[in-house]
Amino acid sequence: MIVNSQSATSPQVIDCGAVDHTGPVSWSATARQEVETIIARYPDRRSATLPVLWLAVREFGWISHQVELITAEVLMRPLDEIHEVVTFYTMFPRRPLGRHQIEICRNISCWLAGAVNLRDYLKQRLGIGPGETTADGKFTLSEVECLAYCECAPALRFDDRYVGNLTRESIDRLLAEAE
Amino acid sequence: MLKLVTKNIGVENSHTLAVAREHGAYSRTAKALAMSPDDLVQEVIQSNLRGLGGAGFPAGRKWSFLPKDSPKPRYLVVNGDEGEPGTCKDKYIMIHDPHLLLEGIIIACWAIRSHKAFIYIRGEYDLPITRMEAAIAEAKAAGILGEKVMGHDFALDVVVHRGAGAYICGEETALLESLEGKRGWPRLKPPFPAVEGYMRCPTIVNNVETLSYVPFVVEMGGPAFAALGCERNGGLRMHTVSGRVNRPGVYELPVGTSLREIIYTHAGGIVGGRALKAVIPGGSSSPVLTADEIDVPMDFDSLAKIGSMAGSAGIIVFDETVSMVEALQVLIRFYAHESCGQCTPCREGTAWLEKIVTRILDQGGQPGDADNMLRIARNIMGNTICPLGDAAALPVISFVTKFRSEFEVWINKGRPVASIPLRPTHIGEPAMAS
Repeated sequence: MIVNSQSATSPQVIDCGAVDHTGPVSWSATARQEVETIIARYPDRRSATLPVLWLAVREFGWISHQVELITAEVLMRPLDEIHEVVTFYTMFPRRPLGRHQIEICRNISCWLAGAVNLRDYLKQRLGIGPGETTADGKFTLSEVECLAYCECAPALRFDDRYVGNLTRESIDRLLAEAE
Repeated sequence: MLKLVTKNIGVENSHTLAVAREHGAYSRTAKALAMSPDDLVQEVIQSNLRGLGGAGFPAGRKWSFLPKDSPKPRYLVVNGDEGEPGTCKDKYIMIHDPHLLLEGIIIACWAIRSHKAFIYIRGEYDLPITRMEAAIAEAKAAGILGEKVMGHDFALDVVVHRGAGAYICGEETALLESLEGKRGWPRLKPPFPAVEGYMRCPTIVNNVETLSYVPFVVEMGGPAFAALGCERNGGLRMHTVSGRVNRPGVYELPVGTSLREIIYTHAGGIVGGRALKAVIPGGSSSPVLTADEIDVPMDFDSLAKIGSMAGSAGIIVFDETVSMVEALQVLIRFYAHESCGQCTPCREGTAWLEKIVTRILDQGGQPGDADNMLRIARNIMGNTICPLGDAAALPVISFVTKFRSEFEVWINKGRPVASIPLRPTHIGEPAMAS
């Protein structure tokens, strides 16, 4: 995470209750280059908004007000439009997350397969509820709507990996294997 | 049994160009490029290939709606934002046979004279995104995509665009808004995307599965492809079966295979030999069917005739132990969560319905709740810009109408039926066969 800690000179911006980066952030040289590559794929800059935000998530870990500012700048869009996009979609984190993200599906196929009990088991194992991060910063747990892994229900997404046919034992294994 | 889009699943490294080519990838491209675009559109019209994302609109007819004289560029947008609960078929194509989809894209772009295609893939689909990007890179390096598609005087660029977690972006106009870098708020139609789509240019939006069948339409010819299915519903399609069946999985079968056959023959019947209670035939937004309504062909027209929808062919099976009130809460919670907020009837109505079902489940049901739910749902129907409002209202209306006594029992006496039991219903890997 690239954070330029100049908080002594710049005011803290608290946005919608989210914890903010402590000061201005900036793109790394490679990321800035990548932004231009992304923009070149589209007939206009605005269409590059989602991919540039994804790049920002990779670079900074989450989308703070500061990140929205520099995204608006490279895309030459008003800040409010960027904020509007960030808050519309569920996958752009607006606060720091744990090192691993666990998203357990609660929609109909997973629910029919007992996802509620497995969610409760995860809550108990991690000591946190959906939307929370463990005190050691290792895991963030969320409950999500339909991962489209219905044929292997119940399912969860562990970072960028799908795990289906979940049982308490497979949850135990996942948690034990996680760094 | 015949397989088309799923035939390479299970072949080792089927996602790589070399293996895909051994199994027929791009063999139909040359044939298509030798045809005139208009002939190609006619071929697809004759194939009776319907939009397999759920709408069921004839694919060839959609292509023919592009304005003939527009000076603007034309775009193909591939809808890979697979988000309808109960549906997970497109990911199999993108993971196991990305070159098949690319071939479909090339042929479609030739038919509609487009030089740029976007594949919009849902944000959670990490592996499908990686596989599609890798396939595009391989195809570019091999001269299959780029300035000269397979040596022909035809340029084509394909870009993967990652969504960010919004069910509504599966709706074609919301998808276009999202692709343009905005929040996914559906647009009023008309104008339809074929006339004013991406960047206000003529745009065709097709589902991943629909486009993946296009190479086979070219290979076998439109009429032969049509003959595989049933009247006005050509070819095969992928059926996702989930819920209380012994072999949940994705099954590629002729369009028009009966729902009973899919559940009892292919998916192995109901878990524990229990009785079937209800089936959602086409993804969570299609009206639920009772156990005695399953002798129906799974095609768009037959299901519409009995008041439901073939939709995305996401079949969700409920056995006798499932509480329909609890199931409806899961569904309506989803729609309340995913309503984009643009239209008041949908934004307020879905939240209201969720509150009522939740209250009933918390033993706070009131006389008249069932009628109230029907009234609210009917006030959403047809009063919104996009079909998400209908998608939320239809399950409510069908659940409350067909299983009304179950709702009344809950409302009058509180928790009378067993809650959802814990289970792993099946053992081992899911089926991916026919």
